[in-house]
Amino acid sequence: MEFLLDLASLVNSTLRISTPLVFAAMAGIFAERSGVIDFSLEGKMLMAAFVAAVGSYYFGNPWIGLFMAIVMCVSLSMLHGFASVTHKGDQVVSCVAINILIIGLTTALAAAWFGQAGLTPTLTDEQRFLEITLPFADSLREVPIIGLIYSEILSGHYVFVYLGYISVPIVYWVVFKTSFGLRVRAVGENPSAVDTAGINVFAMRYKALAINGVLIAFAGAHLSTAVNANFFREMSAGRGYLALAAMIFGKWHPKTALIACLLFGFTDALQIRLQGVELPVVGEIPVQLIQAIPYVLTVVLLAGFVGKAIAPNAIGQPYIKER
Amino acid sequence: MVSPILELKNINKSFGHVQANKNINLKINQGTIHGIIGENGAGKSTLMSIVYGLYQADSGTISVSGKEIKLKSPRDSIESGIGMVHQHFMLVENFTVLENIVLGFEGEFVFGEKLKKAKQDLKNLCDTYKLNIDLESVISDLSVGFRQRVEILKSLYRGAEIFILDEPTGVLTPQEVDELFKILRSLKEEGKTIVLITHKLNEIMDLTSEVSVMRQGEVVGHTKTSDTNKEKLAEMMVGRSVLLRLNKEDAKLGDVVFKVENLTVKDDLDVTRVKNVSFEIRSGEILGLAGVTGNGQTELLEALSGIRKVESGNIYLNDEKVSDKENLLDPRKLKEKGLAHVPEDRQRMGLVTNFKAYENLIFGYHDQEPYSKSSILRDSDIITYSKKVMEEYDVRPRSPQLITSNFSGGNQQKIILSRELNESPKILLVGQPTRGVDIGAIEFIHQRLIDMRDKGAAILLVSVELDEVLSLSDRILVMFDGNIVGERINKDVTDRELGLLMAGVA
Repeated sequence: MEFLLDLASLVNSTLRISTPLVFAAMAGIFAERSGVIDFSLEGKMLMAAFVAAVGSYYFGNPWIGLFMAIVMCVSLSMLHGFASVTHKGDQVVSCVAINILIIGLTTALAAAWFGQAGLTPTLTDEQRFLEITLPFADSLREVPIIGLIYSEILSGHYVFVYLGYISVPIVYWVVFKTSFGLRVRAVGENPSAVDTAGINVFAMRYKALAINGVLIAFAGAHLSTAVNANFFREMSAGRGYLALAAMIFGKWHPKTALIACLLFGFTDALQIRLQGVELPVVGEIPVQLIQAIPYVLTVVLLAGFVGKAIAPNAIGQPYIKER
Repeated sequence: MVSPILELKNINKSFGHVQANKNINLKINQGTIHGIIGENGAGKSTLMSIVYGLYQADSGTISVSGKEIKLKSPRDSIESGIGMVHQHFMLVENFTVLENIVLGFEGEFVFGEKLKKAKQDLKNLCDTYKLNIDLESVISDLSVGFRQRVEILKSLYRGAEIFILDEPTGVLTPQEVDELFKILRSLKEEGKTIVLITHKLNEIMDLTSEVSVMRQGEVVGHTKTSDTNKEKLAEMMVGRSVLLRLNKEDAKLGDVVFKVENLTVKDDLDVTRVKNVSFEIRSGEILGLAGVTGNGQTELLEALSGIRKVESGNIYLNDEKVSDKENLLDPRKLKEKGLAHVPEDRQRMGLVTNFKAYENLIFGYHDQEPYSKSSILRDSDIITYSKKVMEEYDVRPRSPQLITSNFSGGNQQKIILSRELNESPKILLVGQPTRGVDIGAIEFIHQRLIDMRDKGAAILLVSVELDEVLSLSDRILVMFDGNIVGERINKDVTDRELGLLMAGVA
């Protein structure tokens, strides 16, 4: 029983930890399926975290913070589009510029507004999202198996966790079952085919980027107004890159990207578990080594295990009509 | 008097300083197959891209069935009943046929009823025109001929009355061309109008009832096909009389100078592309290698010229083994032994297009005298030399200082040829020597290759242009799926027979 509870809590934290990765990976799928590289998931997540925390603090309502984060991230996506779609700039350079800008901007603005470099004031419970206990979770707790799954694993998460996992089938449905999705995929594979079908290539890429902005905002808000009660500097901690790796590992497909996100989330949850624990044979593993596990896993997976990841054909290439 | 279904009046279009279309007037009658012929760069494709709404004309008007239309995007032209089959197919390779066709015309946000209806409509169209396409197959699994049919079906589905086909036969086998022409004729019988853009005179004579000739951005002639012939058309295209047949004497065969034994070669993705191929070439002989693009010719040529690894087998140059699995000679050493290579893809492998012409004219030989002394390039000598060669090979414009990418395709090709031929190689490997080159230059290049042969060089000619292989070669090999599937003496073979071999059915 003790072991089952441990396991349940490990799964529970895997779900929570994977959430920002899932949002970011879904955001990445929209951008990259349309042919626009998005390394700026990291920066946008950080910006969303900052804006959500500040908005929630000023207006006293985390939903307003979330809304502001969405507006901010969509604007950043449009900026990326303006540089790399309209003006055909290098997409990676544009992303790197956005990331660097945001690391500096969030730290500086926090210092200017709150007097502390890279920190926003702690949010009260009214100003942040709280864990949701699903109905009957308490009464079902004692039921074998079902109680464990329902009350210990599924119940008691922040709203973002539920939204995150609901977003996956929705993204799948939009990308593969709607005409909009067909056009997004086509524009990332062969923009000329889309152009000659009388559809505006640039408009399609902007639309995909807008959705990308909305999704990534949720990831940031989750970090600063749900699992934490404030923003601190570089709090996205590489999750944007990790999500990008998960998306590639998942071959730009929502279902497999989700599995990759959960795998990364699981190793992270496991490393938290393992810190300071005496293991048989090896003894206690240094914290630094354990913390490196998810990142090492990323490198290993991408370097060999996945096989050749086939990217959308036109990714990274600005669309230029002949001549 | 039939009223034209498509009429262009005073169309002008410039890209920067280059005027691609000058005052074009064109009338195309309903229910006809109308040919537009001209050399590469004559402005045919630009004109048709304007009609299809991809480019906007600087001035002029376009009318369909007597009504003037404004074309801002392909959407407008599709709605006016214009369909276009581009030279490079506008298909998403990992989509199904059905997905490609409904793209942009889905009619619903969530796929459902409309998609079902589209499927039924498409099946009916396939039956009517005997297209024989499986709607669920993925484009990348289809042959080039079928991909083209998908493009035709796409236009039909979108309700096209006027079909523009841009160089439709460039990538097809002769059999596929026959099939295509059948489809085009049945379209015509249904009252559709077809505009055929091509630089191939045979196609014009076979298929069209009227023909317009373009040269340097202008329509220089318009005639009924029955009132003209190939020689007259060629003259109009080039602006001077052209020799369509080569002056060629019988080959005077010498010793075997180049021999390939059981050669196997893999491509970058580790797929075996050349399978156990053997052949030999004698001096004074042109050996033609025919085949549809992608059947291993590229990899074979790369292996022979020392830029791709050999899996197994040997290559002999004058009885000396120059290459096997362990011991691979690099291109430079091969060059020293008298082998020259004109690569298939001139822009990627034959030239540094950002270099000046004089640099490309000696590149690869730049470390030899008189081009350099003690490792220092002697620019003035090189330029003097370049002027001389450019004169000899009629490279236009004759400016050694001009950046190579500013020359036309034909002139770029001449730059490579002059470089490789001037060293009088004993063995010459040539890939697609006239791809994207206009008729006047083709004539010149072909004559040069014949001259080299007559001087005793052994030449391997790889080309997807069957006409070219037939007119130049003394002996012909056909490659299919990495194998040599046939060897024929040129005098005894027909293009039909070669076509069957190329398609792998004979």
